Amino acid sequence: MNDVSRYDPLQGAPLPVLGAWGEDEYRSLGLMSGLEVHQQLQTSKKLFCRCPAGRYTTEHHAEILRHMRPTLSEMGDYDGTALMEFKTRKNITYLLNDETVCTYEMDDAPPFEMNPEALDHAVRVSLMLGLQVVDEIHIARKQYLDGSIPTGFQRTAIIGVQGAVPHRGRRIGIRQLSIEEDSCREVSDRGHSRVYRTDRLGMPLIETVTDPDMHTPWDVAAVCDALRRLARASGLVRTGVGAARQDVNVSIRGGSRVEIKGVPSIKRIPRLVHNEALRQRSLLAIRDVLRERRVTADSLQDVSRDVTAIVQGAGGGYLHGAITAGARAAAVPLPGFEGLMSTPTQPHTRFLKEFSDRVRVVACIDTLPNIVCSTSEIPTLSSSEWGRIERACGVGRDTPIMVVWGDEQDVRTAASEILLRAREACVGVPEETRQALPDDTTGFERVLPGPSRMYPDTDLPPVVLGAERLQRLAADLPPPPWERLARLQRDGVGEDLAGRLALHPAWALYAHLQPRLGDGPLSATGLASLLLDRDLPRPSSLAAAGSWWEGALDELRAGRVLPEAIWWSDGEPVAALPPADARAAFDAALAGLPAGLPAESGPRLRTVMGRVMPALRGRVSGRQAAAWAEEATS
Amino acid sequence: MSGNGNEDYKGYRDPALAVLKKFDALVWSDVTIRTDRGEFRGLILPRNEMADPEHVVLKMSTGYNIGLHVGGMQEITVHGRKVANYKIPEKAFPYSEGKPRVKLLGTGGTIASRLDYRTGAVIPAFSPGELYGSVPELADVCNLETEKLYGVFSENMSREQWIGLAEAIGREIAAGVDGIVVGHGTDTMHHTAAILSFMVQGSPVPIVMVGSQRSSDRPSSDAAINLMNAARTAATSDLAEVMVCMFGPTSDQYGLLHQGTRVRKMHSSYRSTFRTLSDIPLGKVDQNGVTPFRNDYRRRRADRDVTVKAVFDDRVSLVYYYPGMKPDIIDSLVDNGYKGIIIAGTGLGHVNRPLYPALERAHRAGVSMFMTVQTLWGFVQMYVYETGREIMELGVVPAANMLPEVAYMKLGWALGQTQDPAEVARIMLTPIARDITEREPYNGYLVYQGGIPEVDQFLSEHWK
Repeated sequence: MNDVSRYDPLQGAPLPVLGAWGEDEYRSLGLMSGLEVHQQLQTSKKLFCRCPAGRYTTEHHAEILRHMRPTLSEMGDYDGTALMEFKTRKNITYLLNDETVCTYEMDDAPPFEMNPEALDHAVRVSLMLGLQVVDEIHIARKQYLDGSIPTGFQRTAIIGVQGAVPHRGRRIGIRQLSIEEDSCREVSDRGHSRVYRTDRLGMPLIETVTDPDMHTPWDVAAVCDALRRLARASGLVRTGVGAARQDVNVSIRGGSRVEIKGVPSIKRIPRLVHNEALRQRSLLAIRDVLRERRVTADSLQDVSRDVTAIVQGAGGGYLHGAITAGARAAAVPLPGFEGLMSTPTQPHTRFLKEFSDRVRVVACIDTLPNIVCSTSEIPTLSSSEWGRIERACGVGRDTPIMVVWGDEQDVRTAASEILLRAREACVGVPEETRQALPDDTTGFERVLPGPSRMYPDTDLPPVVLGAERLQRLAADLPPPPWERLARLQRDGVGEDLAGRLALHPAWALYAHLQPRLGDGPLSATGLASLLLDRDLPRPSSLAAAGSWWEGALDELRAGRVLPEAIWWSDGEPVAALPPADARAAFDAALAGLPAGLPAESGPRLRTVMGRVMPALRGRVSGRQAAAWAEEATS
Repeated sequence: MSGNGNEDYKGYRDPALAVLKKFDALVWSDVTIRTDRGEFRGLILPRNEMADPEHVVLKMSTGYNIGLHVGGMQEITVHGRKVANYKIPEKAFPYSEGKPRVKLLGTGGTIASRLDYRTGAVIPAFSPGELYGSVPELADVCNLETEKLYGVFSENMSREQWIGLAEAIGREIAAGVDGIVVGHGTDTMHHTAAILSFMVQGSPVPIVMVGSQRSSDRPSSDAAINLMNAARTAATSDLAEVMVCMFGPTSDQYGLLHQGTRVRKMHSSYRSTFRTLSDIPLGKVDQNGVTPFRNDYRRRRADRDVTVKAVFDDRVSLVYYYPGMKPDIIDSLVDNGYKGIIIAGTGLGHVNRPLYPALERAHRAGVSMFMTVQTLWGFVQMYVYETGREIMELGVVPAANMLPEVAYMKLGWALGQTQDPAEVARIMLTPIARDITEREPYNGYLVYQGGIPEVDQFLSEHWK
C-alpha cells in the first residue's frame, strides 16, 4: 500500500501521479470535494430580456468600453474579490451583435420580468433533485468585477434547497439549485485590456451545488456525470459544447476551499482534483516550515526596493530589454522563505508560480516570465547584479528576492501582491478561484468571493411561486433516471439500451407507447431500439410524434405492417404484403438482376439482397427475403 | 401602506409578524426555521413594506435570500443576532494646499448611495468622508466640501428646492468657491438646470449638475466617473456656465457638458441619456481635462459678482397638445387660477380649432401663453399656416426654439417677478443663457437611424 508520507514535497521528490494513490491515501489527506454544475436551460429567450437564447456569433457590429468598481454589500463590507479585481484596472470591451444583444445586456436598461419558461424549467429540475422549492424567489445580485457581466453582477435566485439524489448506493446531498443569467464569452485578456463577446450573456442557466460529499478524484467525476445526465434526462437543459460547465471545489484537511472554475470536461476532473490536493498539501508543508521559523504575516514587512538602476546593467535578455524600453523594476525580499521557493506544488509547477500567477492576474504583467527569483536554479540576472540587489535589500545570499518589472504602477501593484501572497503562505492555503490549465494543473484566477458579494436586486420584486403553479409543475414531472431504469428493467429492455433510453428525450415516447405493445411482434427492446437507433429521425417528443407512433404500433399489432416498415418509413408506413404476393414481388425484383454475380456465396447473397431490398423494404421481412435469395442463387 | 412601525420587526405585518413575535425572532436574528417541509437556517432580513405579509425573508450563509411562507412554519429557534451596518467607509477627505475649492450641493439622487432593505430604495450618502470612501480619486482633483440641501428624488423637486438651491449657490460663490457641483436625480435634472440658468446669472465660476443613470450600488455605475468629471469641470474649467455633466457615449469614455437650457433627458435608462437639442454641447470632459467645443461661452472670473433672482410662481402649467384635445383642459387651468400656460404644440406650433375659444378666454383672463414644439428640435413658426396666425391672434406667443420644459421653468420664473403680461412676454423672449438661440446649426439635430449602412459603419468603428 502507498503512504502519503512517502511523497514529501519539501524533499523535492517527484509528486505522485493520478492513480498512485487509492481511497485510503485521499482519506488520510482529508480530501473533500463538492460540485457546482452549470447547465443552460432550453428556452427560446434569455432570462431577463427578450433576446434569443442560444444564438452564437463570431461577428459584431458595435463595441462599448466599461470599467468596474467595487460596491458595498448589504452587510456593509467590500468583497475581497471585488477589491482584487479593482486593482487590475482593466479596460473592458464588449462586442455587440445586433441580433443577440439589446440595451439590457449592455446595462443600459433595467431587467424585464424573469422568463417564466426558464423559471418553470428550473423548478421542475429542482423537484427532480428532491429539493425543497422556496416559496418566494428573491433575485440577488452576485458581484463579478472581472467584467464578464456588464452590470458587474449576475442576477441569480435560489429555487430550491436541501435535496439529495441516489448515487451508487448512497445519497449525494444537493445543497441548492439556483437560476442565473449566463456570462459573456471571453475573447482575449492581455495586460489591462479584456474583451468579451456578449451573445451568451443573459441566457438562463441552473447551478446545482452539491454538499462536499466526494472524497476521491474519480468519485467527483462520477457524481458530476450523474448530475449532468439527470438534468439532461429532463429534456429541459441544453446540450452541446459549452452548454454545461462545472466548478469543482476542493479542500484537504487543514487546507481551504479552492474552486476550480469552468472545467469544460468531466474527463479532466480526477486529475485536476488530484493535483489541487497535492498543491494544498505542499502549501501546508511550507506553512509548517514558516511556523517553525516563526515567520508570520505580521513579521513580513514591506521592504520592496526600486532596483531599476541595478538591473539596467544586465547583459542582454528580456529583463534588460524591458528596462531599456522604460520599464521599472522592483525587488521584494522574502526573509524566512529560504529553500522553499522551488518546492513542487503541482506537476512541473513550483511554489514560485503562486507569486508569478498573482503578478500576472492582479498587476496584469502577463508576459512570462514576469518574475525572477534570486534562489532560482535557472540563470536570471548575473551574480554581481544579484549581489547588488541583496545589498540594496539588506539580505543575505540565501534569502529569496523576487524581481518584477513593467509599468511603474503595475510594478507597485505587483510588489504588494507578492508580499500579500507571502503573508498568506504563513497562514496556509488561500481561498481562491483557480482556472483549469491544459496540463490539468490549476492557475490563480481570483480571490474566492464570499457572501459579501451578494446583495438583493432592487430592480425586480420577489416572485411568489404559489401552490397552484408548483402543483402544475410537479404533475407532469418526468420520473428521474433511476426510476426509469427500474421500469426498463421490468420491461425486459437490455442494459445498454436501457441506460441510453433512461437519459434520452425519447423516454417520454417510450413510456407512452410501451403499454400499447401488448403481445404483438414488437418487444419492449425492439421499441427502445426503434426510438433510439432508427435511421430516420422523427420528432421524438411525445407531443410532436405521439399520434404517428400510436397509429404505427396499432398497425403493427394487427399484422398489417412489419417492424422494418416503421424502421425505414418517414411517412405513412407501407403495408406488409400477404405471403403469396410477397413471393411474387420477390421474384419480380429478382428477375431484373443483371448477369455476372460474384462467385463466392457471401458476396453473391449481399449483392442480390442489395438489388431486391429497395423494392421490398418494409413490405417483405428482411429475414424472409434473405431466405428466398439464398434459395434462388445457390 | 405602512409597516408595523417597529424596528425590531422592520417591514413585517400580520400574519408573518405574529409568527415572528411568537418566537421572539427579531430581524437580523440568526435562526433555524422548522417548517413542514424541512429546516432552513439563516438571518431574518427586514421585509419590503410593499411586499405581501405572508413571507419571511431569510439570508442564507451563501449570501442568497429566500422567502418562506409562514403557513408551514412550526418553530423558529434563535441562535443569535447580527445587525447589519450599512456604512460607506468614511475617511477624512484630504486637504491639499493649492487645489481648487469645490462645493458639492446635494439634492438627492444616487451619486453615492447605499440600499435601504425595507423599501429596496437607494439612499444617498453624501458627506465628504463617505464620498472619499467610495470615490477616492476626487482628492486628486480638488478640495471638496459638501452640503446636503435636500434628500429627494428628482421628481419631487419643486419651487421650494429650486429657490433654496439657487440661494445656496449664491452664498457659495460669495464664500469664494472655485466651482460648484450639484448632485441631482436625473429625471428632472434638465428642469433644475434650466431654472438655475435663469435664477443664477453671470456666475464667475462653473455650476455643474451631475447624477447617475446606474446607481452607485452597482459595480458598473456611471456615478463615480460622472462625479469625477463634474468635479474636474467645476475645479478647472474656464466655462462659467450652468451645465449638465453626464456620459457622452454609453462607454466609460468622456462626459459631455451641456448648456443648462438646451439639455434634455432623452432615454429612460441609457447612460448617454442627456443630449443637447438644436445646438452642440459646450464641450467634453475626461480624465485629461475639459475640451470646449465652442468659443462663445462665458469665461471664469476672479470676481464674486453674480445675480441671484430666486423667484418662482408655480401657477404655471405645461400642456402637451394631442389631437382631439377638448377646451375644458384650458378652461380648468384658468378656473383654477393658473397664470401661465406653455403649450407644446404639434409641428411648427399648432393646436386644434375647438381650443380657440378657451385660449381666447384665457388670454382675456390675463393668462400668459407661449407656444413651443413637441418635436423638441426646431423653431416655432406660426406664420407658415393660417392656423398658426389664428392662434397668435388669440394671444398665444411663439417662444422661438425654447424647449417646452425650459419655457415652463422660465415662465414660472418670469411670473415670479411680474404679473404684467407684457413684461412677462418681454422676459420670456429675451434670451438669457442660450434658452433661445438665433440660429440652429445643421449639426444641432442628430437623431441618426440605425440600419442605414453608413450609420452602422460609424457605430462599428466608434465606441457607442
